[in-house]
Amino acid sequence: MSVHESWSTERAIDVIRQHADRPGATLPILHALQDVFGYVPEQAVPLVADALNLSRAEVHGVVTFYHDFRRELPGRHVLKLCRAEACQAMGSDALADRAEKRLGVKLGETTPDGRVSVEAVYCLGLCACAPSAMLDGEVVGRLDQTRLDALLTEAQQ
Amino acid sequence: MTRIFIPRDSGALAVGAERVARAIAAEAAARKLPVEIVRTGSRGLYWLEPMVEVELGENRIAYGPVSETDVAGLFDAGFLTGTPHPKHLGRPERIPFLARQTRLTFARCGMIDPLSLDDYRAHGGYRGLDRALSIGAADTIDTVAKSGLRGRGGAGFPTGIKWKTVADAAGPQKYIVCNADEGDSGTFADRMVMEGDPFMLIEGMTIAGFAVGATQGFIYIRSEYPHAVAAMEAAITAARRAGMLGGKIAFDLEVRVGAGAYVCGEETSLLESLEGRRGIVRAKPPLPAHKGLFGKPTVINNVLSFAAVPFILAEGAQAYADFGMGRSRGTMPIQLAGSIKHGGLFETAFGITLGELVDDVGGGTASGRPVKAVQVGGPLGAYFPRALFDTPFDYEAFAKRDGLIGHGGVVVFDDTVDMAKQARFAMEFCAIESCGKCTPCRIGSTRGVETMDRIIAGDRRAENLAVIEDLCNTMKFGSLCALGGFTPYPVMSALTHFPEDFGSAPNDTPRLQAAE
Repeated sequence: MSVHESWSTERAIDVIRQHADRPGATLPILHALQDVFGYVPEQAVPLVADALNLSRAEVHGVVTFYHDFRRELPGRHVLKLCRAEACQAMGSDALADRAEKRLGVKLGETTPDGRVSVEAVYCLGLCACAPSAMLDGEVVGRLDQTRLDALLTEAQQ
Repeated sequence: MTRIFIPRDSGALAVGAERVARAIAAEAAARKLPVEIVRTGSRGLYWLEPMVEVELGENRIAYGPVSETDVAGLFDAGFLTGTPHPKHLGRPERIPFLARQTRLTFARCGMIDPLSLDDYRAHGGYRGLDRALSIGAADTIDTVAKSGLRGRGGAGFPTGIKWKTVADAAGPQKYIVCNADEGDSGTFADRMVMEGDPFMLIEGMTIAGFAVGATQGFIYIRSEYPHAVAAMEAAITAARRAGMLGGKIAFDLEVRVGAGAYVCGEETSLLESLEGRRGIVRAKPPLPAHKGLFGKPTVINNVLSFAAVPFILAEGAQAYADFGMGRSRGTMPIQLAGSIKHGGLFETAFGITLGELVDDVGGGTASGRPVKAVQVGGPLGAYFPRALFDTPFDYEAFAKRDGLIGHGGVVVFDDTVDMAKQARFAMEFCAIESCGKCTPCRIGSTRGVETMDRIIAGDRRAENLAVIEDLCNTMKFGSLCALGGFTPYPVMSALTHFPEDFGSAPNDTPRLQAAE
């Protein structure tokens, strides 16, 4: 489970400053902001733009281009299910359906109680122990119904 | 003190290696047995992970797959002295899957402590760099060229020529960029290198920097690989501390983390991303070798290409070129995945057939059902039926059969797979991951999904199959990069080899022709 700080302009400026001198700093900054706040808050966009001498549109473009960057706070737990071919060959589609049914949300959504976000991911590089998943950064392989149910129960705590 | 080796590779962690390591440490402590636990990379025998090895004199004895509930029993049986147990595998190098391989790049992976420079040197590390420094930059490039090494990311471009182009380019600032955005499903060799033998990648990139006159390198690692990111960063810190980066060696490295965009595995898109922009593909020319990162001459190679270099320098170009077939020289770390009994990393000389890989090495499907299709080369690779199992693993041989070897991923599907669904997925994946710059990829993939949906629903099949073919043709020849350009491979191969899944009898070509 991840604990995030609530928005603070000072904190954001501080985080941005730590990376702003690196060449091509946009992605490192956005990752750092997301690590702190759990997502990239809209208020951060003009601050990043200022620090890097970019337009807001350019920063907005980067935030929205990459699948990783969130624009709202995720659930307390994030479950990523691999949907790529090696996992498909081992039945990942059925597992994703099962997860959606049990949580009552679709992939890419967060449960109404804010406990779990469930997402599709295209390959975790665990293709020889498929199907695979990642719960809050912990990798899980050889997923089956039983293991998935255990993960879902853990995530719903 | 008995040394016990337990992988910290994320594939092993995913099946419980951390719990096993903790259980072994606790059990040894409770029994007051002196053990030293060494965390390693993986040997790549993933169906046996977590695979635990015990050192006995010169040898090691492997046990696997070990779960934490096995641990007390292993101690009871006396596994510290290599005694038999149902999980006893004997000496790892004698397990047929490993015994059959030619491990040049993966010689150390799974054996050494990945973060110990001493261990790395004791197993031949940095001999390649020493050799490069002694023969000079020009001869280093010449050695790489003579080895026949071709880009292992998938394109297969001769590495030596790329390096020569950058070396010849004018300018005081040049860059070395490692493409570690290993996004193809069915591939994990880059991850294994970074987690299991990171100094080899550092050495390979350092040699490249010396050869072309670059002092700064970047490793762009996908965010889906947090363990690889951590391992590379720790290895870079260790190398710096030892003066092997940024000290007496005029070369330094930095890890950059991607953000979940598959297209950033395309080299120009990766460079855009490194520069802090959206990962939009650049038109070529100019080539990255002339105008790459921040507009400077840049060597951009895959992890496996850089990782092959230390061996080539240490042992000589010929030692590498002696392996392989035709214009595919050396070895390829092939990755067996999906529904396969023995999945894992299989490094071997080019030339082994697809059938040998799937049936003999891999042992057939995990489910025990017949193999129906094998996708080679990731989501942009073709689906091959059993009829093409005689295809040798070689860039040209696969191309001749409208396929590609790509980054060496082999994903096996049993007979429950629906190839129309797989063809639809290929289009869907392209639509999700398209950078949006060129129309054939951006629009074509979305139209492709819609058209496949109609075919699957049985709506004017013959006409819609003709539309798919036409669309694939446009994407193949009109797209700016391999994402849109190669998506037709899985789609058309599924159509060609498995027409029965698209509602037509095998070889039912008249229906297609009638629609034209």
